[in-house]
Amino acid sequence: MKKTSNVEELQAIAKQIRREIVEMITTAKSGHPGGSLSAVEIVVTLFFDTLKIDPQNPHWPDRDRFMLSKGHAAPVLYTVMAECGYCPKDQLNTLRKLGSIYQGHPDVRFLPALDASTGSLGQGISVGIGMALAAKLDHSPARTYVVVGDGETQEGQIWEAAMFAGDKGVDNLVCITDNNGMQLDGFVKDILPLEPLADKWRAFNWHTIEVDGHDIAQLQKAFAEAAATKGKPTSIIAHTIKGKGVSFMENNPKFHGMAPTEDECKRALLELV
Amino acid sequence: MQAKTKFEFKLGAATREAFGKALVELGKTNRDIVVCDADLSKSTFTNLFAKEFPDRFFECGIAESNMVAIGAGLAASGKIPFVSSFSAFVLNKGFEQLRVTAAYPNINLKVVGTHSGISIGEDGPSQMSIEDLSLACSLPGFSVLSPADEVSMTALMKVAVQHKGPMFIRAGRAKAPIVYSTDHRFEIGKSAQLADGEDVTILATGLLVAEALRAHELLDAEGIAARVIDLYSIKPIDRAAIEQASRQTGALVVGEEHLTDCGLGVRVAQVVAETNPCPVEFVGIDNTYAESGSPDQLLDKYGLRAANLVDAVRRVLRRRH
Repeated sequence: MKKTSNVEELQAIAKQIRREIVEMITTAKSGHPGGSLSAVEIVVTLFFDTLKIDPQNPHWPDRDRFMLSKGHAAPVLYTVMAECGYCPKDQLNTLRKLGSIYQGHPDVRFLPALDASTGSLGQGISVGIGMALAAKLDHSPARTYVVVGDGETQEGQIWEAAMFAGDKGVDNLVCITDNNGMQLDGFVKDILPLEPLADKWRAFNWHTIEVDGHDIAQLQKAFAEAAATKGKPTSIIAHTIKGKGVSFMENNPKFHGMAPTEDECKRALLELV
Repeated sequence: MQAKTKFEFKLGAATREAFGKALVELGKTNRDIVVCDADLSKSTFTNLFAKEFPDRFFECGIAESNMVAIGAGLAASGKIPFVSSFSAFVLNKGFEQLRVTAAYPNINLKVVGTHSGISIGEDGPSQMSIEDLSLACSLPGFSVLSPADEVSMTALMKVAVQHKGPMFIRAGRAKAPIVYSTDHRFEIGKSAQLADGEDVTILATGLLVAEALRAHELLDAEGIAARVIDLYSIKPIDRAAIEQASRQTGALVVGEEHLTDCGLGVRVAQVVAETNPCPVEFVGIDNTYAESGSPDQLLDKYGLRAANLVDAVRRVLRRRH
């Protein structure tokens, strides 16, 4: 894989990833386009710039760990991992098919390069804490990054984990909230509001940064600030747009968990050039 | 009342205490062993490990779900984590995490639930775990162990560290009669025949093993030779020993400090149905929660004594003939 810190190059990769997400979910005829598209810049910036990883050696002990706690956004992770060379691009069209390495939610049994199986919301930060504590015990420089959804943070376990990591100063752990404002049943603000979200993370003793989650330069700066922060874990609240990049998917609850039709796919790809 | 027999057991440590002591011993030679507890370390005896190896002990507070998933993360990074609390809490509050973060990816996480069964006594049903074997056995890939005494707990802890894969170990609060000599060899998926007999077999686990040996004595006085098998490995279960017992004795009684409709008994019955069908009777907790009381009072009232096993043997022998 070719790592890069160049924002324009990362933006070009993000656009390519968006096309592949739309295509693979269309082919699968089911999946979660909205929350995959909102997390594209977060996942692209991490894998192509921030994370210390080696796709040729996915179980290298000192590698950085990544967990997509919002596992339903699996297409963004699969397309990025394939682009990095962890897994074959020519099988992306097998998403959600029997025997595919690209299961409906990330599954280490089928894709061993993953750091964790996810899909049941609320658990990723806790697992990340375990990995971060192991790294400290081993005096390893490995850092752990967990992406959660904003709706996901309605889960009580998120705040158990936040309390623990904040108290124990797990400073090799970063939680990125893909704060797209929507969940399956509608808008987060209508269902069970989280605001003031940044205040909540600060109250749990996390170094908290708010960024535009589609601005790669802001994400890079936030990840660097997290790495420089000692004694506290870092919470990055990335303000994003659900369905970002496809006009008729943006902020449209229909595309939380529904695949585009062939026609919608064509229209989407015309916008993603 | 507890039957008086010539089986005189020395009362040993509770299996929870044997667990805590074994952790310390194993932790001295294996630096990968780490321990998490949820504010019950004085009761689970993980405080012994915490004192000896503070860097490798993580106090998670009263947050079992988080604790279980932290354990899974530690295991995913190569540690051998033991997460411990009362069975009632670690399994029920941590169950979804056991399912998704430990069983599903087949993570090397060891879960030790103490205060299992009703013999915890006065604290009552909210703290009593009578469904933990069912919950743990429902997790694909999990091994489930239920030692009867301090000897078997100490030995099985060594086995647990050597075994790679998710595991639940059931421990009790009450001091447990010592039924083993120290040289017995324990293996996952095996059992131990503790008394010979060709007329009927009593298969038991946990505190019911000592009761089964007392029942063996009582039945011997009536001219009934009861084989006694300790099924300390609930999952995988010793299918060969169960099949052999059903073929050679033709009648089985299962005893457990657990709900009878979802515990060891139904697992034995499945093996019997698949191999050599024969009558089986079940001694355990029958579709109810218990109450406060002394451990002895509760074991009497809820029918978990040698006398109850003897009654079940009489029933099963009537059904066989």
